[in-house]
Amino acid sequence: MFLFLIAAGLSLIFGVLRVLNFAHGTFYMLGAYATFQLVQWLGVSGGRFWLTALGGALFVAALGGLVERLLFRHLYGKEELYQLLFTYALALILGDAAKMLWGTQQKSVSRPPELSSAFQVFGATIPTYNLFIILLGPAIALAFWLVLQRTRVGRYIRAAALDRETLGALGVNVDALYTGVFVLASFLGGLGGALISPMRATTPGMDTEIIVEAFVVVVIGGLGSFWGTFLGALIYGQVLSFGILFFPRFSIFAVFALMAAVLIVRPWGLLGRPIQ
Amino acid sequence: MMKRVPWPLLVLVAALLVPALGSRFYTFLANDVIIWALFATSLNLLVGYTGLVSFGHAAYFGIGAYTTGLLMKKLAVPFVLAFPAAGVLAGAMALVFGIFCVRLTRIYFAMLTLAFAQIVWAICFKWNEVTGGEQGMPEVPYPDLAWMGRLPLVRDLRTSDHFYLLTVLLVALCLWILHRVVRSPFGRMLTTIRENPERAEFIGVHVRRYELAAFVLAGAFAGLAGGLFGIFNRGVFPDFAYWTKSSEVLIMTLLGGMGTFWGPSVGALALILLNQQIVSYTQYWPLVLGTILVVLLFGFPGGLAGAIELFGRRLWRLRRA
Repeated sequence: MFLFLIAAGLSLIFGVLRVLNFAHGTFYMLGAYATFQLVQWLGVSGGRFWLTALGGALFVAALGGLVERLLFRHLYGKEELYQLLFTYALALILGDAAKMLWGTQQKSVSRPPELSSAFQVFGATIPTYNLFIILLGPAIALAFWLVLQRTRVGRYIRAAALDRETLGALGVNVDALYTGVFVLASFLGGLGGALISPMRATTPGMDTEIIVEAFVVVVIGGLGSFWGTFLGALIYGQVLSFGILFFPRFSIFAVFALMAAVLIVRPWGLLGRPIQ
Repeated sequence: MMKRVPWPLLVLVAALLVPALGSRFYTFLANDVIIWALFATSLNLLVGYTGLVSFGHAAYFGIGAYTTGLLMKKLAVPFVLAFPAAGVLAGAMALVFGIFCVRLTRIYFAMLTLAFAQIVWAICFKWNEVTGGEQGMPEVPYPDLAWMGRLPLVRDLRTSDHFYLLTVLLVALCLWILHRVVRSPFGRMLTTIRENPERAEFIGVHVRRYELAAFVLAGAFAGLAGGLFGIFNRGVFPDFAYWTKSSEVLIMTLLGGMGTFWGPSVGALALILLNQQIVSYTQYWPLVLGTILVVLLFGFPGGLAGAIELFGRRLWRLRRA
């Protein structure tokens, strides 16, 4: 479910800016590292974990905004290849910077004490924290969808995805909107990393892994489509888990085959809309 | 009128003389550069000449490497057959994948090439019986180069030097063929498609068929580069086909200059030499690479070849003034 959070950010950037953001996985990793750092300073008890997770996500969001303002801005209107490679360069730089700051050792964050218990479902032990993440995913999805559908900013974002020139001509500050979208998407990526940090160890290299997974999710569901991303995350999870259950060796293969199949039949994804 | 300097020939001779320096390290480095030059040039046929941005070119490199590696190691097939087989199989796979890829445009094309490359990677990574899985396939043997030991001049060189000479000759041959392709009417048509696919379609060109042909050719030559690299590297590993390799070669192509024939080779040379230099100072090579890339994107979109050309033109103007 947390994959949905990350993929949603990726999909948002693609939908509005028409850019595949390779650095998104790195934002996710930085979110996890930033949370780890804050936990080192503050601890996790007494509800402080939520503060640190939020702090980690906000840090990443600020970073995303800075990058967009200072650098990425100048590449709008250039060839897609340049934008793609720029985000890749960003991923390299930030990934290495994280390695410099936090080293190559695994870092782990302990679960917040409120949710450190576990309970039994059909004989399997499930930590409460994992359940919390499972429930949080749809909640954030819903909140996000409401923002997109019901608020003025949400309307602008949707409009920008369809036709940015017209939106600009109507007097909307498209520049600021783009920065906002970048910040929001980075926030989602960072939040994904922050929330995952108690479940998985934070290591360098988690960025390149997750970005491919997020790509698959977004492509299956439809680039730029919100519910498509949700559906894509569900399908991805199912294919991977059932794949591991039945054909342990070829589950990764099945996932990529599915991605290729979707691209061949419906390049714009299951719930996406073709772009002209 | 000044006579044209036969640069390619001079470079070829210089490359052949590298083992004469007697340093194992320089030969190793030169070998690395030359194979990557072929790989990057094959990608340039797609990205630079046809305008198709492939993000999964490493797939064909990997297929080629595994083909040659498997044939030579497990079946003891001689190099004369195993090497072309890499190109044939990679080309065949490129044909299968390409049929689907060329139907898509721009970003979707890039995504599908990436998806196929990841499929290839996943197969290499998991199919333990054949590819050795995660561990890869070490100890790919050198081709039998005893005949070189009987030639004058090169008789006393090491086996790795012999293989290097073979690589130089084979890559030179491949590059010569690619050069012919690019200068042929077929190559001109690819450039037309890059500049304006609609117009190409109007004047009766079957755009998709040309794109597919370019895709297959690029895949085949990437496969040949992979076949050589597997032997050079003394082993074949799944990360040959991983998407980070695809982006690496894309960076080389961009660094050297897309759309110029020799650009990618220059890019391969520059990037590998730089890597060697920097790794001896710091472990943060990706950071440096990323920074170079950013500077390149903002400052010199034409790459090194573009920058040199610009510089040359300014110098020329200065001399005339």
